[in-house]
This record gives sequence, structure tokens and C-alpha cells, in this order.
Amino acid sequence: MVTTYDIAMKQSESKKEDSAPIVAVKELRKSFGDHIVLNGINLSVNRGETLAVLGRSGTGKSVLLRLIIGLEIPDSGSVCIHGQNIVGLALDQMGEIRKKMGFLFQHAALYDSLTVAENVEFPLAHHRRDMSRSERGDRVKQLLAEVGMEGDLNKMPSDISGGMQKRVGLARALALEPEILLLDEPTAGLDPISSAEIDDLILKLQRERKMASIVVTHDLHSARTIANRLALLDQGNVVIEGKYEDLQQSDIALVKEFLKQS
Amino acid sequence: MDTAVNSAIGRVDSFFEWFGNLGIFFWQVLRAAVTPPYEWRELIRQLDEVGSKSFPLVFAAGAAIGVILSLEARYSLTRFGAKSMFPASLVYSLLQVMGPVITGLMVSGRVGAGIGAELASMKVTEQIDAIEASAINPYRILAAPRIMACILMLPLLTLVADASGLLMGWFAQTLVEPLSFHQFIDSGFKTAHLNSFLPQTFKTTVYGLIIGLIACFEGMRTRGGAEGVGRAATKSVVLASLFLILSDVVMVKLILVVFP
Repeated sequence: MVTTYDIAMKQSESKKEDSAPIVAVKELRKSFGDHIVLNGINLSVNRGETLAVLGRSGTGKSVLLRLIIGLEIPDSGSVCIHGQNIVGLALDQMGEIRKKMGFLFQHAALYDSLTVAENVEFPLAHHRRDMSRSERGDRVKQLLAEVGMEGDLNKMPSDISGGMQKRVGLARALALEPEILLLDEPTAGLDPISSAEIDDLILKLQRERKMASIVVTHDLHSARTIANRLALLDQGNVVIEGKYEDLQQSDIALVKEFLKQS
Repeated sequence: MDTAVNSAIGRVDSFFEWFGNLGIFFWQVLRAAVTPPYEWRELIRQLDEVGSKSFPLVFAAGAAIGVILSLEARYSLTRFGAKSMFPASLVYSLLQVMGPVITGLMVSGRVGAGIGAELASMKVTEQIDAIEASAINPYRILAAPRIMACILMLPLLTLVADASGLLMGWFAQTLVEPLSFHQFIDSGFKTAHLNSFLPQTFKTTVYGLIIGLIACFEGMRTRGGAEGVGRAATKSVVLASLFLILSDVVMVKLILVVFP
């Protein structure tokens, strides 16, 4: 017989799961030759939360995302996804972890020999073989409609603008309904109107899907719009982490300078 | 003097490092190729890309070699009073040596450069990273089908080169001294048996492995933008051609020992 105690315990466990970080990076170090990019950083992201990682160009923001998804191997430290350290996992094991993650590359990285629809269908065709072709087609149309690209199914990536490529890249990143979304400079190179549209899109998706998101950007305005917390990287370290108000109240010279220049 | 020694040691180091990385790459591809899911659709696409689209080039190269061998052989054999040996000499030259090597070099140039450039371009634009980030094994979907296609298509393309070489060699001979095709084939294959040309044809599967493996390896590890793409394409052709010729030295000896 299920008692009120059992129900309370289950709710408590569920809350614990929700509060435990989905992504946790501990003492992460990475260097390329003599150049130290990350010098023992610690960050974590919970479900439904968006962390914006800010910093000047070359401070290791993109490298951080690549370490989290396993495209780079750290020199030391751990990257935990749902509590599992993914550092050193074999390619096939890493594949199971990556199915829970979506990655938007800085330049979208669309497959240039495939159409827009084929790009979005690509992960579905490989991982959702239980879906029929027409089911996949419907899902692709739904994803592209979410990002406002439903009228461009048969276009090639070279036929669409940079902003449109990012939208398609975002649709592709969402194809497998990931729990974790990694976005590398989603508004880089875009005009202010397109940037605002991408920000609105990310906010809308966050509200609907409650993913854990890490957004790498140097655009403070964008970070303020879409993120719950911000972390500022400099010379391989996290200089400050917290809400935007915490950054505004900080006495750290670099933070003041960053806010002033943004 | 020290600088020269250090430089030489560095070059030797790089040489062995290259081989080591190639070995690791080969192992990764082999593992991916033999574990499901299998990329049959991509393999069929690559068979078309490597095989069907190389047909005209290989046919033309084989035909040209047939004519050259015909002209040279006729001249040399006539000098030594052995004109009657012409059909056999053309058949043996083509099927045992020139057909496989010319096919290998033509395909190395066309396919090796194509694969190297295509994968290098994908690497520098992060498309390979995107494949990996989508939890898809890039060795399985990119490298394995291309290498398998090269392995499977090289023997067939070699037969194409052999056939076009024999046809055009006969044609060139007939222009000077009429000889029916039936007589030509009969005379040419009179002393031949399967061991005369089957091992030489099937050795081209090793050529295919070399071409596909080196082109995929160089392409998938490219760095450096457009310059890197160009370098990958060039290295793919040069290294594949070089190792193809070197491997032939070993394989010819092996075939002579196993099939005396």
C-alpha cells in the first residue's frame, strides 16, 4: 500500500534530482602547448537554468563548451553529466551521453552537401530508426517551424544567411530533445535585430523545454536577456559568477571594465 | 651541427608519429566498420562516387597506355625478330603491371584528392565536430564507407583499364598490321592462366585501402583553413601514390612466391 510517507519521499527525491547539477565542471584545466586556456575552473548548471559564460576573445569560452561535449580532452579535472565523469570515455560511450546534449556551433556547422531539412533530419535518421520517414519529416517541419524556417526546407546552407543558418543549427541541436543545450556565440556576427530574434527564440525554447543551457557569448546584452546566471572568464579563471546584479555590485576592476565596455 | 642533428631527429620522430597516428586511425575505422549500425546507403553512394565516376578517367588512361605499349612493344619486338610475341607481351604488360599501377595512380589522383579535400573542408568548417556532437561516429559514417568503396572498386576499375588497354592496343596494332581481335586475344592469352593476372588484379584492393585510408586520415585531421584543405588534398595524393608504388614492390615479390 502506498502511504503519504512514500509519496513525500518520492517528491523529495524528485526535488533532489532537480536541484542536483546536470552539468558540473570541477578543477578543469586545458592548455595548448604553453598557452594555458583554462586554469582549474569550477562551474555547474541545473535543470531549467541558463548559464552565460562571458569573457574577452581568446579566454577559453568555446574550449569550455568543447570540453563539456567531449570534443576536447582536458589536461586535468572532471566534467560530470548527471553525476557521471565523461573524461576518458570511449567514443561509443560518449555517444550515449551526447544524445542528451544539443550543440549550436558558432558558425552553425551545417552539412553543406545537405538541404536545410536534411540537416535537421540527420540526427533523427541515425538515432530514431523507430520513426518512419514521414514521421521524421513531420518532426523536421515542426522543428523548423519552431525556429521560423519552415519555408526553407529545400534550400542549401549556402543559399541562406548567417542568421538563418544559426536557426537551422538550433533546430538540428534540438532534434533529439536534449536535456542540455550548449550554444557557442549564438548571436556572433548578427545584426541587432537578428540577435534579438535569436535571443527571443532561445528564451521561448527555455520556457517550453526546461533544459540546462550554457551559452558562451561576449554579448552582455544577450547574456542579460537569456541567462539566469553569468560567469566571467579571464586568463583561465572564473573571475565572478552570479546574477547580473552581482556583477554590477562587484568591485573587481575587470568586471567593472567589462560592464563599462559592453 | 647540433641543429642539423636535432632537426633530423625531429623529422624521424614526426615520421614515426605519423605512422602511429595512422595506425590508431585505422583501428578506429576498423572497429566502426564492423560494428552495427552499418551505413549501407553511404557505402552505395561512395561506390558510385569512387567507381562509376572514375570509369571515364580509368578507361581513357587504360586506352592511352594500351596504345603506348602497342607502339613501343611492336618496335622493340620487331628489332629482336619476335613480332609474333606482340599480343602476349601486351597482355602480360597490361594485366600484370601497367593496368593495376595506372589504375591505382589515376584513382589516387582523382579519388584521393577528392576525399582528402572533402573531409578537410568538413573538418575546418566544424562539420565533422558537428557529426561527433550529434552522437554519430564520424569514422563509421565518413571514413569507413569511403575506404570500403576504394577497396571494392579498385579491382573492377583495374579490369576496365585492362580491357580498354587491350582494345586500344589491338586497334593501334591493326592500323599498322591488320590482325583480327579474335586472333589477337587467342594469341595473347594462349600461355596465360588465371594466376597470370587474377592476383595482380586483386592486389589492387590493397591499393584501395592505401588510397582510402591515407585520404581519410589526412582529411579528418586537417587544421588551418583553406591552406590546410589544399595541403590535405596534396598530401593525400602524394602519400597515397608513394605508398601504392612501395607496396607494389612487396606485393609483386609476394605474388611471385605464392603463385610461381
